[in-house]
Amino acid sequence: MNALIFSALSGVAMMFAGIWLRTNNSIRSLAILLSLVNIVVTFLELRGVHIVQVNTAGMLAFDSFALLFILIAQVSTLVFFLLSSRDMEKVGRNYPDYFALIFFILAGVAISAAFQSLLLLFLGIEIMSIPLYILAGADKRNLKSNEASLKYFLMGSFSTGLMLMGIALLYGATGTFNLQGYVYDLANIPVLLIAGLMLLLFAMSFKVSAAPFHFWTPDVYDGSPSVFTSYMATVVKAAAFIAFMRLFAESFGAIKTEWKVLVGIITAATLFIGNITAVFQQSVKRMLAYSSIAQAGFMMMAIYALNSDAKEGLLLYAAAYSLATIGIFAVLVKMKDQTFDGFNGFARQQPLVAATLVIFLLSLAGIPLTAGFLSKFMMLRATIVEGNIWLVVFAVLMAAVSVYYYFRLIQAMYFRESNQTLALDITPGFRYTLVGVAAVTIILGVFPNVLTYWLYF
Amino acid sequence: MIVLLLFLVPLIGGLVSFALKDDRTAKGWALLVSFVTLALAIWGNSVAGTDAGRAFQGAWMGSLGSSFSLQLDGLSGILTLLAAVAYPIILLATWNSTYKRPGNFFALMLLTQAGMIGVFTATDALLFYFFWELALIPMYFLCSQWGGERRIAVTFKFFIYTFAASVLMLIGLLYLYFQTPDRSFALQSFYAIELPVSQQSVVFWLLFIAFAVKMPIFPFHTWQPDTYEQSPTAATMVLSGIMVKMGVFGVIRWVIPVVPAAAYSWGDVVMSMSIIGIIYASLIAIQQNDLKRLIAYSSIAHIGLMAATLFAETESGWQGVMMQMFNHGVNIIGLWIVVELIERQMGTRKLSELGGLAQKAPALAILLVIVAFANISLPLTNAFVGEFMMFNGIFTSTITKYNELFAVLAMLSIILAAVYTLNMIQKVFFGPVNNLTANATDIRFNEKLALGVVVLLILVFGIYPQPLLNLTGGFVDVILNKANVAHLIVK
Repeated sequence: MNALIFSALSGVAMMFAGIWLRTNNSIRSLAILLSLVNIVVTFLELRGVHIVQVNTAGMLAFDSFALLFILIAQVSTLVFFLLSSRDMEKVGRNYPDYFALIFFILAGVAISAAFQSLLLLFLGIEIMSIPLYILAGADKRNLKSNEASLKYFLMGSFSTGLMLMGIALLYGATGTFNLQGYVYDLANIPVLLIAGLMLLLFAMSFKVSAAPFHFWTPDVYDGSPSVFTSYMATVVKAAAFIAFMRLFAESFGAIKTEWKVLVGIITAATLFIGNITAVFQQSVKRMLAYSSIAQAGFMMMAIYALNSDAKEGLLLYAAAYSLATIGIFAVLVKMKDQTFDGFNGFARQQPLVAATLVIFLLSLAGIPLTAGFLSKFMMLRATIVEGNIWLVVFAVLMAAVSVYYYFRLIQAMYFRESNQTLALDITPGFRYTLVGVAAVTIILGVFPNVLTYWLYF
Repeated sequence: MIVLLLFLVPLIGGLVSFALKDDRTAKGWALLVSFVTLALAIWGNSVAGTDAGRAFQGAWMGSLGSSFSLQLDGLSGILTLLAAVAYPIILLATWNSTYKRPGNFFALMLLTQAGMIGVFTATDALLFYFFWELALIPMYFLCSQWGGERRIAVTFKFFIYTFAASVLMLIGLLYLYFQTPDRSFALQSFYAIELPVSQQSVVFWLLFIAFAVKMPIFPFHTWQPDTYEQSPTAATMVLSGIMVKMGVFGVIRWVIPVVPAAAYSWGDVVMSMSIIGIIYASLIAIQQNDLKRLIAYSSIAHIGLMAATLFAETESGWQGVMMQMFNHGVNIIGLWIVVELIERQMGTRKLSELGGLAQKAPALAILLVIVAFANISLPLTNAFVGEFMMFNGIFTSTITKYNELFAVLAMLSIILAAVYTLNMIQKVFFGPVNNLTANATDIRFNEKLALGVVVLLILVFGIYPQPLLNLTGGFVDVILNKANVAHLIVK
């Protein structure tokens, strides 16, 4: 609960910061400070120290799963601030407001991770989405940014509509909003309930951009300012997955047979479309947009499996994927030419940054010794336990395809020469942060217990 | 402890090497590290090594059922020895080559060695998979950064091929993990699994394809000639001398004892594939004009014979495979050294452009002829012992009905090998001297030394193979007994 309160307060503080703080440097420092405070507060709550006690009447449950994810989201946000906050200046003039919106998104993340009632799910998802619609359109004079914002808003509203309808149908069938309140008579499941479940499944698939509900993703990710795409594709997407997981694990786990096949098909389709389309992209940003769909396909396997491996794995996946993607985007934002060719000869000029990018790309591709491998491994493990070996075989073949487009960037950086000089604005601080994130990626890949330990203690 | 050091020395040596900028320093450092590794490998495999020194067990990812356990036994011993012997030879032989960013080059070479030693010694399936990739990634960077003109595309094909196959292997290992009685990735638990035959077949193919690509056997070999041709020669030596043995090793350690019934029922299919590969690759080798491609195809033929023998599952055959893994590694590195020397001096690898080198470089010619005889497996060379045992193994195999046919067809490989190898010697070393070869000079001291060591190994193990047989003898019995029991059940 403290995580929610503090991030909302931080958002408000940032809104007013613009009045008193004149320089961008001080605004940035305040944001970083506030996000550190948020991390400390969440960590204390995870250890059982509550600064404020609030009775949520059972509508929110801040268990270790929720808190651990909130912590991951907050740390990712901190990393995002450290790496990319300078580049946010270039987007538009409302610098403090961007930070405020991001803190509000974190409040939404906290609700989405901890909800116990469908109403709170709706609130959480909306609080997460609305600031994003604004951020997507933050580059006001850019037509593509406007298009992205509008498209995102329309598609988002549409899926929210589906979600509300689903919630209403579920209420009609069971008379409760509470996740724990569903009691099934397995022999006789009302059609109303199944219909509501399907609508919720589709709405959540929209939010996590699973195929065939992914069509908005590439355009929105491509059109939005790159700094915000980075946040959209990582923390927010992971949060939607956590909500998805909680919803299906706690309320529909008992009637798995009703929806399992459908989720299996969605998973396979997402993997296929994301990976195959990413192969044909020329722009790194669009490639990352499709890669985010492909990664969503892997995370869908957790929804398919819904066991303890899946839970652990999803948290690890959220951390691995967010850190790697934020790292790559942070460098991409600084590039003038955002195609693969723009990276030619990159390693020669920025050896250290190139090396960290390699680690992030290896992590996304799921190569051992990185966090990305272990999180994919956990997904495969969870799905094999469920007995579906063919989905697993399909998934790893798609992972092999993904190597193609991730390694294209490595090839451009290391093996192709170019005479252009890249004038990159890279500070020592940026470089050290990247190295730190890369180190965390490897540590999580060798000792995953550093993270998953907290789930049980 | 020795086995841990065997892995750590090249690993740390490699990481240190990233910091070295100077060409001489980097080379010297790599050579030093490789000698330390060699000393450790000899010590670990000799009588002086204790059982406690040959095994290491550390806690690692216990929640996933995996542990950091390494072990030196007959099989891993001989292959680790190969990796350790090969590196000093390779580094000496390529001493005169210069590389851009030498620190990185030798760092990646040493990391590959660490990965390969890890693969050979790991007795935990997940750890094995980790090392499998750890050996692959530095190799990918080596070949695509320092290779020939078409290196990027070719190496990428190699990488994707191997990676796709290895993730299938991961599924196989994961599937087996859930069948183990104690939910563990340990080799011993895997050996305790008794799967129904139908499931064994699925697991067999999931695992076997990864190893078949690595070896490579027909029809999974298409990455190999291009990669050998385009890689820098030092990397090609590692690839063909040591890394392909990872495939053979994988079958011996992780496939046949774990899914013996499937290995029995698919044995004929795999043997047919291998034997088609032997003849096919030998015929193509005869047609080659490029030295590197010729040797690449000849390597497919030799590896095919090993694969066929593995599935014949006879004791003498397996002993032969073990020896031949070591010997083939030594011989092919010898051949690559010669190619490297010729290419560096003449600037070409085309058979049609060379000739008459024997007059200009007599020492090179003598050494090459011995290596070439080993490639044809003439008596008194090391390959003869191994190949003879393998043919014997196929011929006396009781698990296939077509043992005689397979043995006869496989023996064609010797005749075909003689054709392409002698053809190569004739075109490179004899005949008239042309403009290109008129200015050739004989080889330098370090090159003589490297080739000399190779020739020495060829002759010593050709005349007295007993030390190698002793190293692997006990091990073969254990694995084969387990497999034979399974066959009785199937029958």
